[in-house]
Amino acid sequence: MTKQEAIYKYALRLGDDALILGHRLSELCSRGPILEEDLALTNISLDLIGRTQALFIYAASIEGKGKTEDDLAYRRSENNYGNHLITEQPNGDFAHTIARQLFISSFEYLFYSELEKSKDETLSAIAKKTNKEIKYHMQHASDWTIRLGDGTNESHKRMQNAINDLWMFTGELFEMDEIDAQLLPEGISVDLIPLKTNWNNYIKTVLTEATLKVPEDGYMQTGSRKGIHTENLGHILSEMQYLQRAYPDAKW
Amino acid sequence: MHNEHSDTHFQTRIDNGEHIEAKDYMPENYRKHLIRQMSQHAHSEVIGMQPEGNWITRAPSLRAKQILLAKIQDEGGHGLYLYSAAETLGVSRVEFIQQLQSGKAKYSSIFNYPALNWADVGAIGWLVDGAAIVNQVSLQRTSYGPYSRAMVRICKEESFHQRQGYEIMAKMMKGTKDQQAMAQDAMNRWWWPALMMFGPHDTDSPHSSDAVKWKIKRETNDELRQKFIDKTIPQAELIGLTVPDDKIKLDEKTGHYKIGPINWDEFYRVIAGNGPCNKQRLDHHIKFHEEGSWVRDAAVAYKQKHSTKELQTV
Repeated sequence: MTKQEAIYKYALRLGDDALILGHRLSELCSRGPILEEDLALTNISLDLIGRTQALFIYAASIEGKGKTEDDLAYRRSENNYGNHLITEQPNGDFAHTIARQLFISSFEYLFYSELEKSKDETLSAIAKKTNKEIKYHMQHASDWTIRLGDGTNESHKRMQNAINDLWMFTGELFEMDEIDAQLLPEGISVDLIPLKTNWNNYIKTVLTEATLKVPEDGYMQTGSRKGIHTENLGHILSEMQYLQRAYPDAKW
Repeated sequence: MHNEHSDTHFQTRIDNGEHIEAKDYMPENYRKHLIRQMSQHAHSEVIGMQPEGNWITRAPSLRAKQILLAKIQDEGGHGLYLYSAAETLGVSRVEFIQQLQSGKAKYSSIFNYPALNWADVGAIGWLVDGAAIVNQVSLQRTSYGPYSRAMVRICKEESFHQRQGYEIMAKMMKGTKDQQAMAQDAMNRWWWPALMMFGPHDTDSPHSSDAVKWKIKRETNDELRQKFIDKTIPQAELIGLTVPDDKIKLDEKTGHYKIGPINWDEFYRVIAGNGPCNKQRLDHHIKFHEEGSWVRDAAVAYKQKHSTKELQTV
């Protein structure tokens, strides 16, 4: 793979993560447990779609085939998407939404803090901008995890279930594939292996404060970076891409 | 000297163009009128998130998705300001929500219509927000201070909403035949309900006279509706949309458009609860409110636990 191809794929799948999680959160509009929270969740969604746009514009420019960011979002099928499996998991109850946010945003904070140092100037600039937003997303998810874990018996139980249910999708966040490996010596990609310890420590601190248990590492599901997804992604794309696919000649 | 707690003194202040503030004396009916109107306004913002929210996951471009998300967020934010402003009259948000869910309080009937194709998102921004702005611009001068100030903030954002709605319509009218058909279909379905948003004709409006005397309402339903009509018809023509009314005529003398008769039977039927989405909108609100109750309980329990702990350590 040429360096250009590797950067294209690297930017694209970071965009996929943001797009699919942003889409999931956008489903929650008018469905929050309280109006303030409705606004907070859609605000996070808005940050994520904005990040997607920046990453896809960059990916399209590197690919050099004259595609737009919308071609990349709306005209690719499931097996060409590289988002992590956890981003496509259903919103579930509010505890599941929050657990997903906690796991992803704390990973992203560590990841984008490293990407800020990337020798690729565009990726570094996007990382700097997005990390300001991620700090808030992480704070929001951590606060709610603590409140729900240490709230009522019911909220404690729901929060623990959500943490347990989503744990199996956290392993692949730290997997390195050939693209990560190829761009690492160039100083472009992030080395994911060392992030794991910091991530585990952070999650442990939050869950302990929330009076929740950290799950044991068991079976970890993987495959997203190779385009093998859970059944959820197909449904997300068929809804998201509907207009672009049904009216391929239209401009929106 | 006037007694500061008299209706005469109150009316003098109104006539002098003063703002009435939360702790000032006000006649009980003035308070009641405001509670009804402001909570209705807040509920409308919140229920209004649903028809547009119906298209967020299907927005056809990343830009469109971001604009729509931001817009709906604004509406929710307006709901929050308005609930806070209305709370200054002595009713809590919990009570307002109970009144909405029991059907005691209303919201704008326009949101009982469905958003069926992507152009509906354009039509809602352009026509529904467009009609709302005419009303809200006028309300910036309303006599109750907290309401007036909320309106000043809200109007700034609403004009952006109206422009984005019109931009969607204009883009679709320049697009493929399918897109043009969607835009016209949306126009046909939203035009009349948008005109009904201003309420019954002045001769039939049960709330108008006191509201005008108290300067809660600064212009009448028919005056506001006419402003909207005069502003909107040329905008429709400019992008090639047909207004679904074959009786429209420009009166050269007055410069105002005359329109055909509004179907008031439909208006009263939808207000009474029999519109296409009345049940769906309320059911949705109730369902997610109830599903969120364990979250709200947890937040309260957490706060109580920790404020007790803090007290113990002091």
